[in-house]
Amino acid sequence: MRRILFALPFAAIGAGALAIHLPDPAAPTWSEEDLSLVRSLSLDALPPVPADPSNRVADDPRAAALGRSIFFDTRFSSNGKVACATCHLPDRQFQDDRALSKGVSETSRRAMPIAGMAHSPFLFWDGRKDSFWSQALGPLESAVEHGGDRTQYAHVIGAHYAEAYVEVFGPLPDLDVLPARAGPVADPAAATAWEGMARSDREAVNLVFANVGKAIAAFERTIAPPETRFDLWVASREFPGPGLLTTEEIAGLRVFLGAGGCVNCHGGPLLSDGHFHNTGVPAVPGLPEDRGRETGALLVREDPFNCLGPYSDAQPADCAELRFMVPAGADMLRAFKTPSLRGAASRPPYMHAGQIPDLERVIAHYVAAPEAPAGQSELRPLTLDHTQRHELAAFLGALDPLP
Amino acid sequence: MPNLPTRRAILAGIPLALVATTVSAGLFSQDIPENLDLALRRPTDAHHYTVAIGPVEPEVRIGRMHAWTLALADRRGRPIDTARIAIDGRMPQHGHGLPSAPAVTQALGDGQFLIEGMKFNMHGWWEIDLAIDGPAGADTVSFNLVL
Repeated sequence: MRRILFALPFAAIGAGALAIHLPDPAAPTWSEEDLSLVRSLSLDALPPVPADPSNRVADDPRAAALGRSIFFDTRFSSNGKVACATCHLPDRQFQDDRALSKGVSETSRRAMPIAGMAHSPFLFWDGRKDSFWSQALGPLESAVEHGGDRTQYAHVIGAHYAEAYVEVFGPLPDLDVLPARAGPVADPAAATAWEGMARSDREAVNLVFANVGKAIAAFERTIAPPETRFDLWVASREFPGPGLLTTEEIAGLRVFLGAGGCVNCHGGPLLSDGHFHNTGVPAVPGLPEDRGRETGALLVREDPFNCLGPYSDAQPADCAELRFMVPAGADMLRAFKTPSLRGAASRPPYMHAGQIPDLERVIAHYVAAPEAPAGQSELRPLTLDHTQRHELAAFLGALDPLP
Repeated sequence: MPNLPTRRAILAGIPLALVATTVSAGLFSQDIPENLDLALRRPTDAHHYTVAIGPVEPEVRIGRMHAWTLALADRRGRPIDTARIAIDGRMPQHGHGLPSAPAVTQALGDGQFLIEGMKFNMHGWWEIDLAIDGPAGADTVSFNLVL
């Protein structure tokens, strides 16, 4: 009898457990493949930042410290007012909330966030750069972003960062013989001065310029995507049931994977395939024609600062992404890089030139699948009712960084 | 240059590659045809050659550049070492091609060729199309792969 009494509470617990595991007819079912797909989107599935053989100081903390200082230093601009951080604000996911970013003047694209981009083989909306360090060089010489030039930046390094630079990269060239302003840039005076320099001087300056990029890259590689409620939910005991994600958000995840087909391109832990797609995003009236990846594929191949170029520390075998990249063909016309959806819900406006002001209209765009202004859109119209659209938007909100 | 795969590594890779091609039936893969031929060894369309392909490293990771090997034989099974081989691929349901432009970069001997620059950027049904120009003439073959 005594034994039976002891056993009773256990029987009760057993019955409780049984009740918990009874299938709820309203609860969605998940196949093992579905669950594994959901886990593959979680931050836990993100591998360590891959090595960058083209940047020998990529993981040198001294280079990262130097790069961090340069990132916030407005002396690296023509007007002394623009730094990398001007458009890549650390407290705003390293972007600027503007449709078109504003450096020394207005650009024709939206600033991209930085977190996790060390995993991306090609940088910029059109992928015209194939490394973080080479990417950092582009805005520095752009007439509308930093607006400066190579000898100007070499002089800033010599005047303000000589010690840190020499420690990481070795001796600086003799800067006294160099023009104050010279580089292959839009400014005619600087361009003429650059042409007038000895080839060996130009190469010495190019090396300093590349090293500025490599230091910035070493810093940017440390910027990891922050954890989100979605990541915590996947790791939680309730997964895949409601808990840290609401029933509505989970329904939205199922739209994301199923009827919406979002995961086709927004897959993996960064929710981006890192590739280029024409999704029929409208052109912006008044801006120059933007051919997207078609132009980017040509530019990256010709770039002296690419993986195969003289300023890269890589062996050709390390440059598979560049050597075997899809050439600039018709299917790359107006194809733009898939952005990460981590944090996207709280950083409107959307698309490469901020064409779409809010998530609701982004979803409407994918449902309607309009014809592309040039090239062929890969989208096909979707059948998503009002509830599904709402659920999808709710799920995207769960991909925001935790407060 | 990349490390060359040993013959053992190539052979060991094939069964695991087949595991990776198992068709799943979840939320996301619901539209993949059920009766896809997933064989990675098959005769070419005009039966001039037999071709077998497989990844060098057994695990094919989405979004990562990797190498494959290709074994080419004539219709009697004798290895062919000299052929021009072009590789293309696409996702039949998505209207786009491979995210890279892979190429045969080396003849490894014994009918084996190294394909570098393979990359798949999403889960789902992929088609790999080969055009082979060898001693018996030009021929083509396509393989299905479900990742």
